[in-house]
Amino acid sequence: MDKCPSDQQQTDTNRSIVAHPWRHDPEPTSRPAVTALSEEELALKEHVSAFAKEVIGPKVREMDDKGVMDPEIIAACFEMGIMGIEAPVEYGGVGLGFTAACVVIEEIAKVDPAVAVMVDIHNTLNITAFNRYATTEQKEKYFPRLCKSALSSFCLSESGSGSDAFALKTKAEWDEASQEWVLNGTKSWISNSKEAEIFIIFANTDFSEAHKGITAFIVDKSNPGIAVGAKEDKLGIRASSTCEVTLENCRVSKDAMLGKRGQGYKMAIELLNEGRIGIGAQMVGLALGAFENTLPYLHERKQFGRSVADFQGMQFQYARALMEIEAAKVLVYNAARLKEAKAPFVMEAAMAKLKATEVAQSTASQCIDWLGGIGFTKGMPAEKYYRDSKIGTIYEGTSNIQLVTIAKQIQAGYRV
Amino acid sequence: MRALVGVKRVIDYAVKVRVKGDGSGVETAGVKMSMNPFCEIAVEEAVRLKEKGILKEIIAVSIGPAQAQETIRTALAMGADRGMHVKHDDILQPLAVAKLLKAVAEKEKPDMILLGKQAIDDDCNQTGQMLASLMGWPQATFASKVDVEGSNLTVVREIDGGLETIGMKLPAVITTDLRLNEPRYATLPNIMKAKKKKIDATDPAELGVDVSSKLQTVKVVEPPTRQAGGVVGSVQELMAKLKEKSLI
Repeated sequence: MDKCPSDQQQTDTNRSIVAHPWRHDPEPTSRPAVTALSEEELALKEHVSAFAKEVIGPKVREMDDKGVMDPEIIAACFEMGIMGIEAPVEYGGVGLGFTAACVVIEEIAKVDPAVAVMVDIHNTLNITAFNRYATTEQKEKYFPRLCKSALSSFCLSESGSGSDAFALKTKAEWDEASQEWVLNGTKSWISNSKEAEIFIIFANTDFSEAHKGITAFIVDKSNPGIAVGAKEDKLGIRASSTCEVTLENCRVSKDAMLGKRGQGYKMAIELLNEGRIGIGAQMVGLALGAFENTLPYLHERKQFGRSVADFQGMQFQYARALMEIEAAKVLVYNAARLKEAKAPFVMEAAMAKLKATEVAQSTASQCIDWLGGIGFTKGMPAEKYYRDSKIGTIYEGTSNIQLVTIAKQIQAGYRV
Repeated sequence: MRALVGVKRVIDYAVKVRVKGDGSGVETAGVKMSMNPFCEIAVEEAVRLKEKGILKEIIAVSIGPAQAQETIRTALAMGADRGMHVKHDDILQPLAVAKLLKAVAEKEKPDMILLGKQAIDDDCNQTGQMLASLMGWPQATFASKVDVEGSNLTVVREIDGGLETIGMKLPAVITTDLRLNEPRYATLPNIMKAKKKKIDATDPAELGVDVSSKLQTVKVVEPPTRQAGGVVGSVQELMAKLKEKSLI
């Protein structure tokens, strides 16, 4: 890719443009802004941004058209070191914090929300699960693979249990004779599953205990009892594989149990409470990507003798849109910092995800309006951001679930 | 063997450059800055030579304000071993830069100096050549291929007429051209490792170099906006139009 020619024309409106004076990250002071980043996080942001634009960027359209995650992109992500952001350094991870993960996810989402969700789920759900619940042996066995080469899937949802996650039917039965757990059931809507090598499966070890029987198990793709079904043909984030994962007499040793028996539902809740901040970061990135890909065109496009961007009606709209993105961004990074500080963050995380996903949809939709007819075509990236944004309010906790979560937190302060 | 690699902090290649209102220069406040792309190629070549076992140590040097340290850190993240920051806040002419690099080279005693062929802000294409001359070293500019065997350096250069292969003995100055290599991305683990690598600091006074310029920028203006052209239907029409505009 030719970077150097100083006479290169810079009017390519299909490109993600870079510098706006108002967007530089603020200098840290004694009471820094919530969105202030450390020196490391800023360095990460810059490098991942270049990586996303130059390596992922050229393949985005093709991956979306085909509905396939390019294996070279997956390999590039591992090589870049962004698949073990919070994993310990001694196992091949980068040993950074949660906000660093959010920064990486945001930068990638600006270019491709589908790749971003792959990186997000792998990091904020699965790497975190291992960080928090794995034994030393499990860490030694799985972290190097998870950091260097093995994509992972988080398997909770089933066709009969989405929001009502703990009504899951996948069962785990202990076989005393062979000293193995035998898993049976079918998981639905599982991201990354087509390419994943390591699966975290939530199964119930004792239905009489209701959700308190739910337990997490680590299953390797090589296990003959696990099979990944056909991919869903989706509206958006099409490159991200979403398949059924079937467990048929899937036998795993007791060492495959992640965390304690019956701890599964608590684990899932905790992981999803945090993971949704990552989705918030993804959606903020999506909104910014759509916005930054649209504004240059608005300045170049002239109607009635003026730039479309100069019409006051347009100014009011894109000013308000960026305000909404900024609000979502502040919510997301505030929630991230609260979590890092080990302060209560459940309500803030739910608010961040809810706001960011709604902002992403409205921004992407408005971008198409602003672009006019050309925004409606596949020649511009706007229509992809629009399609990609729709899943935001659905996965990792629907918007209604977020509202219920927030309400519960509110009510906890008022109950007699 | 040791290499000194010069890296310059410049306005990012993708930025739409604007001239300051007072015409004194180009707007840099709040604008995204990055390592000069040709400097990236220089760092990459040095790292590849280290991976081949030819170089033992790579020192990345940058001359500029405090933020030039970020550029050095990027070089460290790509594989340079340590950095040298020559602090100076104002814009420097290539001759001053060459003198400063000479002073640094006299301290560090490298076996080769790798620079980008030119910086994308001033497009001077002078520093490497001036440095080689000041040091009395051979120079291999516009390198598109570099081979080192012992103390023999063979470089393929891109010139107007095609490719030229030259040979010389180290120590030498090499300036890199676009097709020499494709720079690697600094991976996250390497970015973190780079934090622990040492960056020494110095300044022109400490190096004993006079960086005062004999040039003064009088005015900076944007190029005239491109006027719309016209389409002509025939050669006769073209001739008529050219005559009309007194162009022939």
